[in-house]
Amino acid sequence: MMRSIIRFAIDFAAYVIKGGPRFYAWIAFLGVFVLALLYGTYLQATEGLIITGLTNQITDGLYIANFVFMVGVAAGAVTIVFPAYVYHHKGLHDVTVLGEMLAVSAVMACNLFILSHMGRPERLWHMMPPFGIINIPSSALALDVLTLSTYLVLNLVGGFYFMYTRYMGTEVNRKFYMPLIYISIVWALSIHTVTAFFLSTMPARPMWNTSMMPIRFIATAFAAGPSLIILLFLYIRKNTRLWIEDSAINTLSTIVTFCLGIALYLTMSEIVTELYAVTEHSLGLQYLMFGLDGMNKLVPWFWTSLVFNIIAFVALLTPSFRKNYRLLPIACILTIIGIWIEKGMGTVVPGFIPTPIGEVTEYAPTLIEILVTMGDWAMGMLIATVLLKGSIGVLLGDVKRASQPWRVMSDDAPSYQTTFEPARMEPWARSSDPDAKVDAGFGTRRDIRARSQGRVAAE
Amino acid sequence: MPNENSRRRFLSKAATATTLSVTSLMGTAALLTNSDDAAANTTWAEWFQGNYRLMTDAEKQQARTRLEKRYSAEFHKKVTVDGTPAAEGVLFGYALNVQKCIGCRRCVKACVQENNQSRGDESHKGKEIEWIQVLKMEKGEFTQEKMNKGYPSDAGIQVGGNAYSPAGVVMEGERYYQPEKVPEKDAFYMPIACMQCEKPPCVKVCPVRTTYREPDGIVVIDYNWCIGCKQCVDACPYWARRFNFTTPNLPEAEMNPVTHYLGNRPRMRGVVEKCTWCVQRTRAGRYPACVEVCPVGARKFGNLLDPKSEVSLILAKKNVFRLKAELNTYPKFFYYFD
Repeated sequence: MMRSIIRFAIDFAAYVIKGGPRFYAWIAFLGVFVLALLYGTYLQATEGLIITGLTNQITDGLYIANFVFMVGVAAGAVTIVFPAYVYHHKGLHDVTVLGEMLAVSAVMACNLFILSHMGRPERLWHMMPPFGIINIPSSALALDVLTLSTYLVLNLVGGFYFMYTRYMGTEVNRKFYMPLIYISIVWALSIHTVTAFFLSTMPARPMWNTSMMPIRFIATAFAAGPSLIILLFLYIRKNTRLWIEDSAINTLSTIVTFCLGIALYLTMSEIVTELYAVTEHSLGLQYLMFGLDGMNKLVPWFWTSLVFNIIAFVALLTPSFRKNYRLLPIACILTIIGIWIEKGMGTVVPGFIPTPIGEVTEYAPTLIEILVTMGDWAMGMLIATVLLKGSIGVLLGDVKRASQPWRVMSDDAPSYQTTFEPARMEPWARSSDPDAKVDAGFGTRRDIRARSQGRVAAE
Repeated sequence: MPNENSRRRFLSKAATATTLSVTSLMGTAALLTNSDDAAANTTWAEWFQGNYRLMTDAEKQQARTRLEKRYSAEFHKKVTVDGTPAAEGVLFGYALNVQKCIGCRRCVKACVQENNQSRGDESHKGKEIEWIQVLKMEKGEFTQEKMNKGYPSDAGIQVGGNAYSPAGVVMEGERYYQPEKVPEKDAFYMPIACMQCEKPPCVKVCPVRTTYREPDGIVVIDYNWCIGCKQCVDACPYWARRFNFTTPNLPEAEMNPVTHYLGNRPRMRGVVEKCTWCVQRTRAGRYPACVEVCPVGARKFGNLLDPKSEVSLILAKKNVFRLKAELNTYPKFFYYFD
């Protein structure tokens, strides 16, 4: 058992680190931003957060904005797991592990954003019992850290357990695996709910202090999260031998459509409620929409976000657009940008405007802050690249228990080569029938199982 | 025995190597903190100390002695770090006469000097930290000219032309006023600072319980335990908390060496601070610096449990109000007028 696990880890790592020039170029590209992150972190540790655009008036900025968005991405991964295991959606069931790996990477990125935001990151252990104190359930931040860490563990255990069984060519033990899946589905909702509480439980900031925040966060997360997953799936279909079925992508784009609609509806509700009787609760929104006291840095952002979300929603409502995989990425990108603005900068920053004593000030991130943010994103993407590549290898059967001890490579051509074999279906083609069972050659689960079982038998 | 010999040699070598590496580590620490070895060593120990509230008396004493040593070395004078705990039967309260305040901001200056706040002179722009803000409130105006600027008709059936006059607005004032002399004609002043709430929202949101309410009602911060997440700054409805965005600028000569662990001891970069009602003075039976310095006697301080204290008498006899009472934070900072 232990030996098998070690071999799995080595095979997994060996598969991940081998790649073509495009793979290394991508890693190097991310590496540049990681270096920028290290430099920025060094500056923040020596100079302090004074090198950011944060002030005593606006104490949360780009880091918290991206943190909130990233929690949404982590929660959004459940849009793969939920249909797969609750509605027995076959297309998504085959690739659940990709969703879990995406969730793991997103939670890692969340942690990085929190670390970048902290004035004293080296004191993080103060929050970890038994040496430290974690003030739960009072402190929403503490609760958020706890729920996120639990979500991380749930997805790591679930995802790697599944991959390990696939690697060994055995079936999962459903008594262990299914509870894990169901808990992680509920947990995905809870992480984003708690993140909303983290903002909405502060009467000192009237704009945030609304009970609509959690449901709005969930709705926007389930619009932006699956959008990102669709892009990822289309990329995987095009560039690896793993075939992801049309039905999977179509289900996700339906989820994006519904949730984007709900998100827009909630935005409309907020605008009417707040702007009808213009109280102090609406000052933040006024700043966001029209500017306040001549300060209007976020106004173009807000309208960009609104326009992008509306265009994406209308486009997604059109079935011929939604099912055309050349056009679908456009709507996905618009949704991601729109939601990123809305729940990031568009929620976090105007909460501070005006301050409790009525001061209207503005926030603009500094170059260092932007670099650190990009570095945090790059770290998240690096983790995602490693985990997704490895899990694709496992799904393809490229990473499997070798017949010879310590033999790392498989007989199959590695999937990471850029000169890919053409899939039997054109990846960007329009899906003819969303429910059609597509027999896509090498990619399906049945094939993989057949091959892996063949190998087991051969051994 | 040759064997034993070599083993002993090896051990002594290993010991030397360990000592060397430890020394070099400490040296690195010293370099990092830009101070001499003694100070660096105390800093090293500080990093591993626990939450002050949960320390035993001996550990508290140790922590304070360590700080005294570091501060004395840093500021080149004898610095004391007091740890007087809350006294029995004391609940501190504060009362401020808004009618009397002339907006001179002597309280702000006195507070900065007493409590070792970061100074923000020309060469240290943006480093300024002040715990007290004096807001200049506008009197507002209702004029004949605005009469015909209503909505939807000039007569203003729905909204009158004199709407949006700031008259009578509480807590939305301007704190950058620089007049020739105070008080100015068409203004009144409203100083604010930490309200030392009985139900402090800042304490509730702290993920590591580094900020907490002391038995005598003062909300304090263990600066050495603060992780700098700034949640308390966000949660405070009175904008009383300040984050040290960089290492505070505290000139040696101006540093007040009489400090309290939970109060005015020098802070470090990346932690939050706020008014403590001069815990170093009030627990020693003195008034806070702002009360002492106020030239018009607008500020009163005392024990709420003592019916003969100034604060209790004001509560009994004057018209008193608290700020943002609707948020149920129950401040122990009262405003009154004669």
